[in-house]
Amino acid sequence: MRIDRLKKIPILEPGHTYGTITDKISSIVLAGRQPRLWYIGFGIAFLFTNVFLLSVGILFLRGVGIWGINIPVAWGFAIINFVWWIGIGHAGTLISAILLLLRQNWRTSINRFAEAMTLFAVANAGLYPILHLGRPYFFHYLMPYPNTMGLWPQFRSPLVWDVFAITTYATVSLLFWYMGLIPDLATLRDRSTRSLPRMIYGVFAMGWRGSARHWKRYQTSYFLMAALATPLVISVHSIVGLDFAYSIVPGWHVTIFPPYFVAGAVFSGFAMVMAIAIPLRKVYNLEDFITIRHLDYMARVMLGMGLIVVYGYMMEIFIAWYSQDPLELYLASNRFSGDYSWLYIALIAFNVLIPQALWSLRVRTNPLLLFIISIFINAGMWLERFIIIVTSLHRDYLPSSWNIYIPTFYDIALFLGTIGLFFALLFLFIRFLPVISIFEMRELVKEQEEQLGSAEAEPGD
Amino acid sequence: MDDRIEYHRLFGLMAEFIEPEGVVEAAKHAYREGYRQMDAYTPFPVEGLPEAIGEHKNILPLLILGGGIAGAVGGFAMQYFATVIAYPLNVGGRPLNSWPAYIPITFELAILAAAVAAVLGMFFINGLPQPYHPVFNVPEFDMASRDRFFLVIETKDPKFDREGTYQFLKDQGAHRVTEVEV
Repeated sequence: MRIDRLKKIPILEPGHTYGTITDKISSIVLAGRQPRLWYIGFGIAFLFTNVFLLSVGILFLRGVGIWGINIPVAWGFAIINFVWWIGIGHAGTLISAILLLLRQNWRTSINRFAEAMTLFAVANAGLYPILHLGRPYFFHYLMPYPNTMGLWPQFRSPLVWDVFAITTYATVSLLFWYMGLIPDLATLRDRSTRSLPRMIYGVFAMGWRGSARHWKRYQTSYFLMAALATPLVISVHSIVGLDFAYSIVPGWHVTIFPPYFVAGAVFSGFAMVMAIAIPLRKVYNLEDFITIRHLDYMARVMLGMGLIVVYGYMMEIFIAWYSQDPLELYLASNRFSGDYSWLYIALIAFNVLIPQALWSLRVRTNPLLLFIISIFINAGMWLERFIIIVTSLHRDYLPSSWNIYIPTFYDIALFLGTIGLFFALLFLFIRFLPVISIFEMRELVKEQEEQLGSAEAEPGD
Repeated sequence: MDDRIEYHRLFGLMAEFIEPEGVVEAAKHAYREGYRQMDAYTPFPVEGLPEAIGEHKNILPLLILGGGIAGAVGGFAMQYFATVIAYPLNVGGRPLNSWPAYIPITFELAILAAAVAAVLGMFFINGLPQPYHPVFNVPEFDMASRDRFFLVIETKDPKFDREGTYQFLKDQGAHRVTEVEV
């Protein structure tokens, strides 16, 4: 019965027309003045963007020795954060591409900022492996190009696959996002009253005029882009999983890694979408467009993905026992009782126990609780990558090379810096571009009108 | 109508509709009347409208398929060339052409080329970027990106007749009919 009540909550509050939707969403950008929270948020994010610039600058001057990495733990924060950020990005593509193909029309009000989130997360992710190179100024060696040394990248290595996967992913995400923005940029061009914004939006709108012939090709292109992005997003995190699974390190050499990484990526990505959507709808009064039903649906996806991740954790332990390999068994027990066991216990609490609250409808429809849970999931997924990377590496095959990994000030500064950069870009995006896809919302209005019309036509329904 | 545009400066006649169904009906009637040089402008894709104005063909899917195939073939060829011809490296006696390991990059490059073809192909066939178009000369046209639906019959259509077409569009229930200057 409670479910029935939820079904009555529309994905778009009634009473909206094409015009009101257009005005409401474009006014966030065109009104100029932002709510006070925007200034506070952007200020803090900008501060941390400067922390980011400083930590990168000092890194370039002094090298990776300023980080806590050592041998055997050579990957440390840089790769943990790389995997974490790229995982966050995946929810944006999932919402914009997979849900589009599945014709889930509730995606409409969240896909634009989820895609923006993808772009900024991938930008951060892409930086880490480059910064982690001992000599980052040689990063172009990763690209295949004819050079005087006659050298080529090792195409049999997952690390090189990763370069192709991430650059393709970043490019396709950017194209998809920009293409989706064009009709809305045309709207902003037509709505803005001052000449400079009109000119800038006009240039980026490319002269879009909403011609029916253009729309036809636009939709073909948009749907096929979604069809291309769907296998792409799965391949990207599978390849990230293979970075680990291809090696013979205990705890990494497992076939479950690619799918388990994809599920973990979607899990943390939806948590980040939730963590952004809840304050956004509140501050900009977008409750009509991002309704409780959206939050409920996202929470369900999170719960489902979380359960796949739990299955992954169980399989890791099961395979260690089933293989009876002494190194695998040692690693499994080290996770529970070693130096990092408190992090493993926190990980189980954040990723396994806390998300179980999402079974309750009352939790799924409570924005504050969802916000708190999604922060825990983001932290939990970060801990998962920490556990995977650090516990496996710090107990090497040779006990003489065993070591402990402790992040330094610069590790943490760079991590906080990338979070600052991410949010600074997000705040700028909210300020200058429409956070909700306007033209798709207009389509939603039409769809809803048609549904209402057919419901009225059927008496007794 | 004293401020009428001289005929040689006339691009066409623009009819404005409030509902998407109105513009689809009008476009269907116009096509049945024999008009071919026309276009409709809407704030979102309206189902059936491209077909109503006689737009049926779409080569974009083929173009995207071509991009995907080119990316896959090119990607595999690059890896084959590098590892078999340009820099053969014997690792434990394994075959130089270790094709299963080349699949991920082949796949990624297929997706990349297909996606670039999808977006650039769409721009190219649509003739974008196009900084100038006569329809922007009509002040009310800025509603085409908000909540109005427009049908423009162009003067280059052989059936175009200033008075007759004007009357035809009025009869379709247009909210307003305006002349569009070139």
